[in-house]
Amino acid sequence: MAANLNLLTTNLNAIFANRIVSLENMLGELTLVVSAVDMLEVLTRLRDDPDLRFEQMMDLCGVDYFTYGSEICEGGAYLKSDDALNAFPSRFAVVYHLLSLTHNIRLRVRVFAEDNDLPILSSVVNIWPCANWYEREAFDLYGIVFTDHPDLRRLLTDYGFVGNPFRKDFPLSGHVEMRYDPEQKRVIYQPVSIEPRELVPRIIREEHYGGLK
Amino acid sequence: MAEIKNYTMNFGPQHPSAHGVLRLVLELDGEVIERADPHIGLLHRGTEKLAEHKTYLQSLPYMDRLDYVSMMCNEHAYVMAIEKMLAIEVPVRAQYIRVMFDEITRVMNHLLWLGAHALDIGAMTVFLYAFREREDLMDVYEAVSGARLHAAYYRPGGVYRDLPDSMPLYQASKIHNAKAVKKMNENREGSLLDFMEDFTTRFPICVDEYETLLTDNRIWKQRTVGIGVVTPERALALGFSGPMLRGSGIVWDLRKKQPYEVYDRIDFDIPVGVEGDCYDRYLVRVEEMRQSNRIIKQCISWLRQNPGPVIVNNFKVAPPKRESMKQNMEELIHHFKLFTEGMHVPSGEAYAAVEHPKGEFGIYVISDGANKPYRLKIRAPGFAHIAALDEMVRGHMIADVVAIIGTQDIVFGEVDR
Repeated sequence: MAANLNLLTTNLNAIFANRIVSLENMLGELTLVVSAVDMLEVLTRLRDDPDLRFEQMMDLCGVDYFTYGSEICEGGAYLKSDDALNAFPSRFAVVYHLLSLTHNIRLRVRVFAEDNDLPILSSVVNIWPCANWYEREAFDLYGIVFTDHPDLRRLLTDYGFVGNPFRKDFPLSGHVEMRYDPEQKRVIYQPVSIEPRELVPRIIREEHYGGLK
Repeated sequence: MAEIKNYTMNFGPQHPSAHGVLRLVLELDGEVIERADPHIGLLHRGTEKLAEHKTYLQSLPYMDRLDYVSMMCNEHAYVMAIEKMLAIEVPVRAQYIRVMFDEITRVMNHLLWLGAHALDIGAMTVFLYAFREREDLMDVYEAVSGARLHAAYYRPGGVYRDLPDSMPLYQASKIHNAKAVKKMNENREGSLLDFMEDFTTRFPICVDEYETLLTDNRIWKQRTVGIGVVTPERALALGFSGPMLRGSGIVWDLRKKQPYEVYDRIDFDIPVGVEGDCYDRYLVRVEEMRQSNRIIKQCISWLRQNPGPVIVNNFKVAPPKRESMKQNMEELIHHFKLFTEGMHVPSGEAYAAVEHPKGEFGIYVISDGANKPYRLKIRAPGFAHIAALDEMVRGHMIADVVAIIGTQDIVFGEVDR
């Protein structure tokens, strides 16, 4: 497996050269970061090049790096330290997990969306048809817009839902709750009555804390 | 001549064949389906978001509730991802126990699938037969973890405890008198391994029974042969995995290709289909049950001969023994810290995948070094399968939709998460 990874690293470097933003081997998994401009070209090549042949896209997910590395919490929303702000080029990213059956190897590709207020990326439906629903999910939960997607609708949340629930600034309790109103004789939405609370505080310890690797 | 027009029909979410809460909007031309639009998310609980607000150990029982017919396999991917990031080596005995329970889970899953699929298509008996054997496996779950379904048995670093020396016994009641109970308890007198060994000798005959009812059954074949055909190329493009991929003739099984735990030391075969239709996927799954039985047998004989620890001796990850906790201050502190603050996973990211009964079940964790995951993504096999439902049902009749939902082995716990 390790030999395969080295070969893949060499191949990726040779094929994409200056289009690679970063290529990292961590825990025996390769992570390739490419820019949003190059993504379609790179991903198509990843599928079609005989040395790469990533014919399956196993997973696509959105990530919100808004509060990465912060531990202080007030009322359900995390505050950020300055270092964490600079650790990533922008707030939203999409992570693709690719699998090559031919070479029996996996690759993770991460693409950052440049605009934090309106994250836009290209759709990969034309490369891997299964991306259709995964992109709808990322659109629903993170509000990432995929250009050229044939049918970008909400997928998992309720009909008429407002907001992007998996964003870090969306509280765990949500904004609205639903109940039956006996006077109006129908189900109504109202602002949540639950106080945000945290049972276990989020704590980041120093490295090798307690002798752990 | 009467004017013919297409109409739209709503299927589910409370249809018994929708396997839970699937709402399908079908566009029909007569009885032929022109387009299917599955509406999912009716069981969306936001597991991934919840996990971001809980310690690693607290999120573990949520994994059981994803695919609630193959509980331990879900846990397996989750603990594997954490172990990968912590760089923990799991004791060999725990690995064998995990493999055995993965296969027990696979048999349980396929039994439910077989029973429900046959029931959907119109064969009542198989359901009753399949649940008879499933009950025994549930008892094994109960004996080892105390719960029949949501076991929470796998833990980062191993499994919660060693296999018990006794099985729970039936008690005499109004329905069963003492004599009947004695007969029912016959194979439960020994340890869990004795009971499982007895099961593995009985089980192949049971599978023969299911096959007698279905494999050459004319009605079964009429309902499944040539229905929902997926070519190998499309199966890859649509992100299929597991029996859905193997049914189309692609030899791909993570247990063989990217072996985890001790699968590389175990002898078993992977069945593959030829046509890629519902009937082939049925044959693949039935053969998988026989292969799982073989794996369980090998695990039993290994586990009998090799006692040993079942969880790592690292108190940052696994709790100390109860007795030592009562006597030593340090162990008490470790126990307290582990169950309040939880374990800290080094910053980084990892993707761990297992060959789940339904396909590739993966867990992608991003950690920033805290006691809670920063982001947890669950790659559910059923999600990619149901996304392809539209393509698979086009041109088929309404009755075939039921057969195709059945063959995809959809469980909404994992699709909606």
